[in-house]
Amino acid sequence: MSGSRLDPWVDSYAQRAHGMTASEIRALFSVASRPEVVSLAGGMPFVQALNMDMVAETTARLLRERGATALQYGSGQGDITLREQILELIAEVGVSAHPDDIVVTTGSQMALDLVTRVFCDPGDTVLVEAPSYVGALGVFRSFQCDITHVAMDDEGLIPQALDEAITTARAAGKKIKMIYTIPSFHNPAGVTQGPGRRADILRIAQSAGIVVLEDDPYGLLGFEGEIPRALRADDSEGVIYLGSFSKTIASGLRVGWAVAPHGVREKLVLAAEAATLCPSNFSQLTVSQYLATQPWREQIKSFVELYRERRDALLDSLQAMMPEGTQWTIPAGGFYSWVTLPHGLDATAMLPRALAELVAYVPGTGFYVNGQGRNNLRLSYCYPDPDRIREGVRRLAGVVESELDLARTFGTTHSLTTSRGESTPAPDLA
Amino acid sequence: MTLHVLVLAGGLSPERDVSIRSGRRAAEALRRAQPEWEVTEADVDAGLLDLLAAHRPDCVVSMLHGAAGEDGSLRDLLESLEIPFLGSDARASRIAFDKPVAATIAERLDVNVPEFMVLPQSTFRELGAASVMAAVVSRIGLPLVVKPTSGGSALGVSVVRSAADLPSALVGAFSYGATAMIQAYVDGTEVAACVSGSPDARVLPLVEICPPDGIYDYAARYTAGTTEFFCPARLSDDVAEDVRRTALAIHEGFGLDDWSRSDVIVDGSGTVWFLEVNVAPGMTETSLMPQAIAADGRDVGDVVADLVRARTS
Repeated sequence: MSGSRLDPWVDSYAQRAHGMTASEIRALFSVASRPEVVSLAGGMPFVQALNMDMVAETTARLLRERGATALQYGSGQGDITLREQILELIAEVGVSAHPDDIVVTTGSQMALDLVTRVFCDPGDTVLVEAPSYVGALGVFRSFQCDITHVAMDDEGLIPQALDEAITTARAAGKKIKMIYTIPSFHNPAGVTQGPGRRADILRIAQSAGIVVLEDDPYGLLGFEGEIPRALRADDSEGVIYLGSFSKTIASGLRVGWAVAPHGVREKLVLAAEAATLCPSNFSQLTVSQYLATQPWREQIKSFVELYRERRDALLDSLQAMMPEGTQWTIPAGGFYSWVTLPHGLDATAMLPRALAELVAYVPGTGFYVNGQGRNNLRLSYCYPDPDRIREGVRRLAGVVESELDLARTFGTTHSLTTSRGESTPAPDLA
Repeated sequence: MTLHVLVLAGGLSPERDVSIRSGRRAAEALRRAQPEWEVTEADVDAGLLDLLAAHRPDCVVSMLHGAAGEDGSLRDLLESLEIPFLGSDARASRIAFDKPVAATIAERLDVNVPEFMVLPQSTFRELGAASVMAAVVSRIGLPLVVKPTSGGSALGVSVVRSAADLPSALVGAFSYGATAMIQAYVDGTEVAACVSGSPDARVLPLVEICPPDGIYDYAARYTAGTTEFFCPARLSDDVAEDVRRTALAIHEGFGLDDWSRSDVIVDGSGTVWFLEVNVAPGMTETSLMPQAIAADGRDVGDVVADLVRARTS
């Protein structure tokens, strides 16, 4: 006699769907959407800083003048005018390319999916930073890749660790297909690779014959000094570069792109057509119209100033309020700082207490596939204003103090209730 | 007669997500069953009292889980506003919400309750965690279950099979509250006994729960396809009758109203052990109450509508 599993298709799902389960931690984030909670968890860009009248006018004008095109299917590779305009943006990070080298995608997340689809068979190894972007880990998992973390320090991915990881993986008979890296203003670590390190990483990848997947959504959001030069700027054949308008214009438009060598690009276009036929013409032309008619460089500058002020509020608050033994990275751009809690604390176990105190963060475990990161958490400063950030850190400091009290009582512990499934919030959480 | 029913869901408890899904599903079922009724949904926030004062619904259906929703506080407020609501009154809810209190009252009703201790975090700090934990293991034995004294969805609940895992389990429970309930683990068949009806409450078909790995945790509860359910439960007639008798004893002895769900374990000898009772049973796609209602040949919307009618007549 068999019972009911409340899902008639449970025996039909692909192997890759087996990890897609409800998660206690993810459910807890539901509380973080309430206004009483200071959310330092999500990574939503502060699109309210856009001039909405200008956006409305841009969109209205687009529909008036090119409505029939905007509302129609488009090219699988993306609108040619937009691809030409993307060249201007990537020139800012030193990348020189031809419009034909660009594939426009539904956010750079889709480009991640397409590149993995084109390169990876189940079991193939992808080397990623430790920690790494949760959305990339999700893609690699969904293609049943073997994911190997490579150590980072305050300057990002450590070349020697990369070299060793390649040697170790190959000695174990693994087939390494990609090195996935976020060189500038890393999510979640908040660190940036220096020029020397970038050169070392490229040299190692070239020597090993492994393609580099460079994810650069935050590259233009640096707070100090020059805009970091992309890896792709120094290797047009060995690097696939992913960019996005999500942080520089608006994430809701879902427009990103890949810059890829000719052979890869041909496959990406076919894979993109199989997946979605074409990226949204409406979104692409909206972005194109915006770039053509609006002072987009000024807008990026104003985003940078806004995020810099919030970064400063976060760092000052952490310095002033967090208990001794807490450490954090100092981001020179982007959205995130990576916090290491005092020894023995478990950020996953601490989350319910934090939410009860009306502050949210993302536990570090979500950025690893191997259970690391229990002692870490990611704080995001992109969405709340400086006063809210200060209040959030004040609450968080109190929670950490309480947790230290627990640790003093029980010693070093890690929660038994390891949640299966995602342990990071959905994309629509501030 | 057209009624205005307000379904409350959400709130600030860790079970907010489950509550929202329960509320949406209950509201949709009620709309289908009674299309002429005005069924609205609201979150619980600082605007709630103004909303209640302005609209004065004929009946409130609270799908709030956790504090406020189940601890009696919201029900106290509704009683003071003289707004009818579905479910148990504030006093009965308070008893059910506090697991140690519920276990103590259940014992007085001659219901079997696994041995338990209730220890606040401060006790471990003041008396020394190692010696207190040793005393716990000595008295309760292993395996044991550690849980927060309130709340549902298995949040903060751990099964401890080795003394070395007890500190982590306690830390997990203390993340959800200042006091932990430590209870003997009963190996057996997990069964949900849903009670419905007012004034004549009866037990709906029993739901047997067979989670993977034997642990009915959050993922096992809310991932469709993960846990296997048998409704009616595969129990002998005598044991099933014992389960029903237990659920009714709890429902009536606690003074619960309209609906409740008692969670019990039937051990290898057929003894029924009471674990806890819920005054706002979940109504999500994978929840137990809707399965029991369906096995009873009814629809969630019709059941809720009948209860609302009884409240407002």
